[in-house]
This record gives sequence, C-alpha cells and structure tokens, in this order.
Amino acid sequence: MNEKHPMDYLLREDRIPHIWCPGCGIGSSVSCFIMALEESGLDLKKVAVVSGIGCTGRVAGYVKLDSFHTTHGRAIPFATGLALANPDLKVIVYSGDGDLIAIGGNHFIHAARRNVNMTVICINNFLYAMTGGQVGPTTPLFAKASTSPYGNFEQPFNLVHLAAASGAVYVARWTALHLRRLTKAMVEAFKKKGFSFIEVISPCPTSYARRNRLGDGLAQMKFYHDNSIIRHGADPKDTDIGFQTKIVVGKFIDKERPDHYTFMTQELEKVTGGKK
Amino acid sequence: MSNDREILTGEHFMNGNVACAEGAIAAGCRFFAGYPITPSSEIAERISERFPEIGGIFIQMEDELASMCAILGASWGGVKSMTCTSGPGFSLMQENLGLGVMMETPCVLVNIQRGGPSTGLPTLVGQQDMMQARWGSHGDYEIIALCPSSPQELFDFTIKAFNLSEMYRVPVLVMGDEVVGHMSERVVIPPKEKIKLLPRRMYTGPPEEYLPFKPDKDLVPPMVIAGEGYHIHITGLTHDEKGYPEISAEAQKKLVPRLVNKIKKNADKIIEIEESNTGDAEVIVVSYGISARTSLRAIELAREEGIKVGMLRLITVWPFPEKRIYQLASKVAGFVVPEINLGQIVYEVERAAKGKTRATLVPHAGGHIHDPKDILQAIRSTLK
Ligand SMILES: Cc1ncc(C[n+]2csc(CCOP(=O)(O)OP(=O)(O)O)c2C)c(N)n1
Ligand code: SF4
Ligand SMILES: [Mg+2]
Repeated sequence: MNEKHPMDYLLREDRIPHIWCPGCGIGSSVSCFIMALEESGLDLKKVAVVSGIGCTGRVAGYVKLDSFHTTHGRAIPFATGLALANPDLKVIVYSGDGDLIAIGGNHFIHAARRNVNMTVICINNFLYAMTGGQVGPTTPLFAKASTSPYGNFEQPFNLVHLAAASGAVYVARWTALHLRRLTKAMVEAFKKKGFSFIEVISPCPTSYARRNRLGDGLAQMKFYHDNSIIRHGADPKDTDIGFQTKIVVGKFIDKERPDHYTFMTQELEKVTGGKK
Repeated sequence: MSNDREILTGEHFMNGNVACAEGAIAAGCRFFAGYPITPSSEIAERISERFPEIGGIFIQMEDELASMCAILGASWGGVKSMTCTSGPGFSLMQENLGLGVMMETPCVLVNIQRGGPSTGLPTLVGQQDMMQARWGSHGDYEIIALCPSSPQELFDFTIKAFNLSEMYRVPVLVMGDEVVGHMSERVVIPPKEKIKLLPRRMYTGPPEEYLPFKPDKDLVPPMVIAGEGYHIHITGLTHDEKGYPEISAEAQKKLVPRLVNKIKKNADKIIEIEESNTGDAEVIVVSYGISARTSLRAIELAREEGIKVGMLRLITVWPFPEKRIYQLASKVAGFVVPEINLGQIVYEVERAAKGKTRATLVPHAGGHIHDPKDILQAIRSTLK
C-alpha cells in the first residue's frame, strides 16, 4: 500500500500514511480488497464498508467508500440495519477476530443464521493486536499473548467451521499472502446474495510474532505461505488451526439459500398481501 | 407512497404501547429493531403486525446492543428508525446510544420503565431510569428525552421525538412507564395533513464540498445517507469536520462542546412544559409521566383545603427546564416532586432552584403509583 497504485483512487489519500506496522497483513488484504472491488464491477456508490474497533477496524477509515467505524463488536448489527434499510447497497464488514468473534460473536452467528446480505471479511491475526496483543478466541492452543504469558490453554474457535455451521452461504479462508486467490474469493463473495464470510490469516509482527518469537513480518509471511495447504471443498470441521501447524485454506462452502431480506419480504407478501 | 393504512385517522381505545407504535408509523418510521422485554413488548408486536402492509422492516435482533446498533445503521441507510425496551435492555443500549450521539444519528429509543435495579419488577411500574437517560452512556453529551403521561401522549410524543431527532441529529428518548404503556384510553389519531413531520436535514450541495460534520448556524450539520456517492466516513472516534478520526485535545475541544451546545443553546426551542395555576401558587408540584397524573388528585385535595398549589409538568425532561424552575423558585414556598424512584429529578429541581426555595421529594420505591395522600402530605408540610 506504500507505492502508488492505479487503484489508489479507492483510497482516502488524504489519510495516508496509514497506522499499520510494516509487515502487517492488514495492508495487503486491503490491496486485495481494492482489486476485488475493481474486478467485481460493483457500483462503488452503492458499496458501504462497516468496521468495528481494532487495527483491522481502521480499514473503514482508509477506503474511499461510504464507511462506518462503529463500536467494538457491533459492526455486524450496524451493517444489518444498513443493509435492510437500503437493500441496493452492497454492505461489507471488515474487522478483526476479537471484534467479530469475541465481543461480537453473538452478532456473527445470528447474521449468518439469518443469512443477512453482507460480506464479512475477518482479519485473523490470532489476538487483540490494537490493545497490545492480548489472548482472544482465535489464539491457537499454547501460543503466547500478553494475557497468556505462559501460553493459551483455551480451545480456539475455528472460524470457517463456525460460519458454515451458522448458515453462511459462502465460506473461504486464505492468508494475507495469497493475493490473487484472496482477491478472487472477495469477488466471489461480493457477488453472493446472503451472508458470505472470508477469513484472512494475517501476520502481526508487532504482537503475535514478536511474543512467540516467530521472526519479523517477512518470516511470518513465509511461514504462512509455506505451510498453507489448499483444499477446496474441505469439510470446515477438519480445518482447525494449531500453533505453527499447517493451515488448510481454500473455498469451503459455496451454496444457495434465500437471503434474509428477499425471503422475508417474499413470504410476508404471500401471507399479508404486502404493502397496500 | 401514501396509503390509508399508514395513519389510522380516527378515535380509538388503545393502550399506550400500541399508541406508541402508531405514533412511530405516523411519523414515518419504517425500520424497527428490538428485543422482547416486559413491559414494552406490545410496541414491537404491534409494529411487526403493521409494518408489512406499509412497507416497513421489522427485525427482532439477538439482543439490545444489536437493536440499538441496527437502528443507527438503518438511519444511515436513509430510513427513520426506532427501538423500544425497558430497564435491563436500556442498560445494554447505552453503549450504542453514545455511538448515535457521536455519529449524530437521528433515531428514537422508547423506554417503558419498570422497577429496578437489575431484573427488578418486570411487570410493575418505575421511573428509575431518568438519570440513566441523561448520563447513561460514557463521556460528555446532551440528549433529548420526553415523558408521556397518557396513551395519547405516547402517540403524540413519539412523533415529536422523531421530529426532534431529525432537527437536532440526536437520538431522542421517549421515557414512558409501565402504567402509561399498559393503560387503555381514548387516543385520537389526526388526519395525515394535520400531523406535522420534519424532514431530514439533507445536504444537497456538490459532493466534493461536503463536510459531514460542518455545522449550520444552529450547530447541527446537514446529513447525507449511504449510497449517494458522497463517500462519507463516519466514526465513533473523535473526528474533524470531514469525519476523519483526529485523536487530539484540539479536535475533542472542537467536537464535544458542539455536540453538547447544539442541544444546550437550542434548549429554549426544544423544551416543553405544561403549567397550571403556577401564577399565584404557594407550592408547585413538579412531576412527569404517570406521577404527574397521580399528582392531579393530590392537588385537588390540597385546593379543597385552601392551599394554592400549581403544577409544572415536564414534557421534556432533558434538556431540563432550569430557567423556568429558577424563575418560579423565588415565588413559592417550595416545590414538591413526586417520582417513582428514591430521588432523581428532585435533585435537578433543587439544582435549578439555586437555593431560592426547597424541593421536597415524594419518593416511591416502585411497583405502584403514589398514594395521592402522600403527595398531599408533602404539599402541606411545605407550608409549615
Ligand atoms: C467495549 C470495548 N471493550 C474494549 C475495547 C478495547 N479494544 C479496542 S480494539 C480491541 C481488540 C481488537 O482486536 P481484534 O478485533 O482482533 O482487532 P486487531 O487489532 O487484532 O486487528 C479491544 C479489546 C473497546 N474499544 N471497546
Ligand atoms: S499491531 Fe499487528 S495487527 Fe496491528 S498494525 Fe501492527 S502488525 Fe498489524
Ligand atoms: Mg486480531
């Protein structure tokens, strides 16, 4: 994101430089996001980004789209209201693992269950980066964090499994290194009606890598790259992530199910005769 | 757009909660998100039944955090939005009520109060959230809160709340209570053309020049909504006029006093009170909501005893009519403040009176309305 790019018109240049550390995966995911927006041919007037709070939560502030930076964990319910009030919008939630899955976990499963029209992009850096690297619901077993100095002894959530089990119609996982594949997944997710979910495994050199002695951003990138196994269509329950283990990536779910808005309005129309 | 199911013009016998729902519909509310809670649920039930025929979206969210957030999102989507709740849910809504204040988002939150703390008295009346309405979310802010005393007022004030929220770009609270919400009375719904609605203050200039938080003269910035090509950035962080985060004492000093002053400096336009017999009163009862109605009986009894009692009913509780209370303070032997709590608004009355006279609380722990005799007793002792 530091070099001038032909798609920079999609960034708020008056807000650059951004706050992300060198080697952070959030920036490269945003490059994919911008390319995906371009490729998808979406009417950019009708795209809205909603973020919660965290390093990832700052994404909303850098893209030149209607963008809302809400409260910690509440991006999804805000986005639900926005998407229902204006069904012409393509609503994209871009936030962190702690934001979406800890404090916002309940909203996440319910939005997936309802199949609300939105794409949720979750940057999973395995901890609460912005607040100094505390343990979270995605921290792998035995990994260290600032509030698990001896290692994490709680079973983490497998996010793609959680999303799939909750009813998401599109579920994929890539790392922030899979630029081309991540971009393609975003394009696919944007085209999907209903709740689509992409988990992005992302290096956080400043907190996660440093505390676990995983080297710099580049070393962590290389590790994720060398250790990911592409397995499209894998059963999400077989894709758990351990501490420095192999990471199964790919597109796991791509199915059809009527989205919340369409289904609700159609059925209400049938039962009540709709708007008089 | 219009159809005759939108506004049920005519005379009805309705309970307060149903009247509140009808008020919202008449005000043009077309998005409702909520979570069930006694004694407010009839509002959501009525709306869920009524919205399909008028093209509104009803959603029952997973909790009150989500409900409050969803109505903010809907408002930025360009639709008038509302939620309703009671004590425990009101506590959960405080977080994103603050977000609504910071994002200057028009919306309405109805609280049909029950007894607390905690789960308290789910089915019985209280007026114990009055200070939470003022101070419940963190940080400095000002809010608008209205207090209906009847089903008719639940209808009227819900409309008023929508108008004020659009006018001042702030969430507006309707602070009802269990008795007003559940009592059934005559409710007159006027014809559509008699219902005054304030439109959203939309910016219409060129997108390149738009600054989402650049205020007009009255300190309120005009608004745009998502999807119109303005590419707005709206954040709960302290921000500049562009809406961009700015983490500094200077930015804070520019933003937060304006958020407070857009209500404070317009307070005279916002505040509504109802006075009766305050001209020559020796004692004035200051009350609101259902307690204002209980007070009427006490005032009647006091008059029979020859005591000159006036009444000041708070329609707007926040911002508080401190100027008027101060004016009256020097003329009376005291204020009597009955409220179904152990002392909340009475301290505001005391503060506004600035030592010119005393304010006597007639407390009630909740679960029932006052016995008018207790109010009468307080009126009598004010003159001793
Ligand atoms: C209600 C509330 N609790 C706590 C915080 C503090 N906080 C800010 S960001 C954050 C964690 C963010 O973690 P994550 O969502 O994983 O984002 P990351 O920084 O890792 O991208 C926390 C706990 C807050 N802003 N609000
Ligand atoms: S702390 Fe970690 S997640 Fe946050 S910007 Fe730095 S590298 Fe990225
Ligand atoms: Mg994180």
